[in-house]
Amino acid sequence: MNSNTIKKTKPRKNALVMFIHKMGSPPWFYQFTGKFIPWFWLIFGVLTVWGLYLGLVKVPADYLQGESFRIMYLHVPAAWISMLIYSLMAVMGFIALVWRIRIVEILAMCSAPIGAAFTIVTLTAGSLWGRPTWGTYWVWDARLTSELVLLFLYLGVIGLYNSIDEPRKAARAACLLALVGAVNLPIIHYSVKWWNTLHQGSSISLTGGSSIDSSMLWPLLIMAIATKFYYAANLLTRSRVKLLEQDIRKSWVREILREKS
Amino acid sequence: MSHAPFIWGAYSIGAVVLLWCAVAPLLRKKSITRDIRRLIQIEERSRDSNT
Repeated sequence: MNSNTIKKTKPRKNALVMFIHKMGSPPWFYQFTGKFIPWFWLIFGVLTVWGLYLGLVKVPADYLQGESFRIMYLHVPAAWISMLIYSLMAVMGFIALVWRIRIVEILAMCSAPIGAAFTIVTLTAGSLWGRPTWGTYWVWDARLTSELVLLFLYLGVIGLYNSIDEPRKAARAACLLALVGAVNLPIIHYSVKWWNTLHQGSSISLTGGSSIDSSMLWPLLIMAIATKFYYAANLLTRSRVKLLEQDIRKSWVREILREKS
Repeated sequence: MSHAPFIWGAYSIGAVVLLWCAVAPLLRKKSITRDIRRLIQIEERSRDSNT
């Protein structure tokens, strides 16, 4: 077998595999992601201002709920992203447990505080909407309770991660908890169908048949996209800080700091 | 019942929580950067005194 034959049979790495491989390198990840963060914050800011202007100023009051329905433009996108972040955290937790990629462990762990913040926003905004609409701040119905369980899961992941000194062991334990806790996600989503809840069912459907007027729907979608950019910007910021913290004695961290100063 | 306090209350709490969530890692970065610079200074000083 000559060298030409070996060249032909050798599998070629495609661009995506190369990119994923590069992302696993801390210095490369730090430098590469740093370029995107200001743009993500900018897009988040523009979309938030636009969405809130439409939702709080332009859209007329709801015929049944009155002005209080405007809380929806905070509550619903926050609820969606709180579940999406947990889903991503569970997927990243799985990848981290199977392939032991440190960057993925860090991304999973840095997702937890952001998810917890959005869950707090969901619960408080929902509670403040419930008082004028239902006449109470809180009821132990399936949707509200399962969302509260989501907050406890986030706090559990954060607590477990911080309770173990060795960061990689801590991340693996917390990733396992994140993975197990994913069972709560379908419970949150289907709670309004499986049980007789005070919380209303879905007004928006991807497969059509949304019961919300399009003038009210657009600001909601804009706010929903804005929260994705908030998550991306915040996650990358947190991950970069976590990398600096873990690699404090490594040469690449010092080189980057020397370059900046 | 006026709905304004509930609406402004919800948005104010949301803004505070999300602002804190965004600012906290920046404060942490500042403190870590300060620690790393201090480490570099200590190492450079000890290297200078050895030579």
